[in-house]
Amino acid sequence: LQLDFWLAPRGLGHPVDIRVPFPSLQPLKAHLEANGISYSIMIEDVQTLVDDEQMEMLRSRRGLPVSTNTFDYATYHSLDEIYTFMDLLVSENPNLVSKLEIGRSTENRPLYVLKFSKGGTNRPAIWIDTGIHSREWVTQASGVWFAKKIVQDHENNEGVASILDKMDIFLEIVTNPDGFVFTQTQNRMWRKTRSRHSGSVCVGVDPNRNWDAGFGGPGASGNTCSETYHGPYANSEPEVKSIVDFVKSHGNIKAFISIHSYSQLLLYPYGYTTTPVPDQKELHEISKKAVAALSSLYGTNYKYGSIITTIYQASGGTIDWTYNQGIKYSFTFELRDTGRYGFLLPAKQIVPTAQETWLALKVIMQHTLDHPY
Amino acid sequence: DIDDVGHKYYLELELEDVLDKDSTVNCTAEVLYHLGNKNIAPDVQFTLEGEPKNTDEADNIFYNRIKNLEKELVAENIPDSHGNVPPEMEPIRLLAWVASGYVIWQNSTENTKLQLAQIKHVKQVKRSDEYLEFDYMILLHDTVSQEIIPWQMTVLWHPQHGVQVTQDSRQPKHASG
Repeated sequence: LQLDFWLAPRGLGHPVDIRVPFPSLQPLKAHLEANGISYSIMIEDVQTLVDDEQMEMLRSRRGLPVSTNTFDYATYHSLDEIYTFMDLLVSENPNLVSKLEIGRSTENRPLYVLKFSKGGTNRPAIWIDTGIHSREWVTQASGVWFAKKIVQDHENNEGVASILDKMDIFLEIVTNPDGFVFTQTQNRMWRKTRSRHSGSVCVGVDPNRNWDAGFGGPGASGNTCSETYHGPYANSEPEVKSIVDFVKSHGNIKAFISIHSYSQLLLYPYGYTTTPVPDQKELHEISKKAVAALSSLYGTNYKYGSIITTIYQASGGTIDWTYNQGIKYSFTFELRDTGRYGFLLPAKQIVPTAQETWLALKVIMQHTLDHPY
Repeated sequence: DIDDVGHKYYLELELEDVLDKDSTVNCTAEVLYHLGNKNIAPDVQFTLEGEPKNTDEADNIFYNRIKNLEKELVAENIPDSHGNVPPEMEPIRLLAWVASGYVIWQNSTENTKLQLAQIKHVKQVKRSDEYLEFDYMILLHDTVSQEIIPWQMTVLWHPQHGVQVTQDSRQPKHASG
């Protein structure tokens, strides 16, 4: 009969789902009825569904973007589309934007950072990264919007003109490309990298537990199957090591902002210890101002504070390491929302989220500019 | 802290209707987390000051729509990867939201912060009585451990009798993702 079981028999009282080829319909119905087995039709015609899905996929294969002006910022994009966007942005603005490859991921994907600079040599700089946790899609999408925004505003004074006159901005939009591709092809809820280490049953390391700050301490897991697995040793993940190498060799990064979702929080170090950072008071004041600026746009409510007092203890985290390197203005954002959609934030919220977050980022960047150290 | 018993929290909340931001109700609650590793749900006592909005009309429209379906409702990935929910699935999502609240309550400790992340699959089960029955496979997200936990729940609903979770069970996570 060529029956295709979609839900296999597993015991008395449990339903069974079967895809039935057309010629076998009558014989199967006759057989079930003769044996007093009740059934119902869930899908009349599977082929129709398959055809519909094909059409949908073709329609949404918009093809790669052709200009950053016609790019759709209000939707989620594939890795290829985002990498194409980066190249377009550079070619449209060669005097302002360049693309650096700072390393390769576990699966050998290039790790790209956009550099926004009006000149000079090794100017003090601001670092922003999005997408380190791949399932937090509003962050990569916001990163794309930030890139375009910097270009649009680089000459005007309510924008980033004065900041770019003295400082450079580095933006890594897809900080975890392997994880990102995995969320698009296999598991939308994937968070970690895609590394396999010998002795691991499971795949992947939490890139926000892999930094050399309280590494392996409480607030991370030694279990390879855990979402917060810290990895076999600090900087084991190329996605993390490449940033570490970049920061150390640049030597002049003055603000470091790592962007996550969700929870609507603005956080500063530490996560691995309750000991407050020496600059606690100043970081708290900046956070207060940044959050006020963010809320002013759409009324979105944010809480702020140190990682350990505001969310939970977390060891081996990015901004704990960057702070200990001497980058005083180290912050982490958790963007929208607070759980209603969580990681599955509707695309129509991308632009409002990016817009409000940008206001907070500008507060941090302005403060960094005004307080050289 | 209550010696030998657990930790009690006194809360003042404002409840806001997800579908109507202007409709709010004040609430006071006491939550007691029990000491030790017993798998007991926290005790909850609460008082509402006033009544939530009446939803009889919308409830009945939804109820009749589902009761009159020729084929049982089946759906997956609500919301989808892009956060979309087809309008006709919105009540199904809200029902899962409410039912998952029960599952979350039964499985909460002071070290969890569980949220409904997604409905992976929902199937209506036709009944001969007046209740609607749905078999859900959901994903819960624990913001503390960051784990995604699959969970099966069987939900009964009727406009006058409300929501019941008649069966629920934690599902195994897949190994490599």
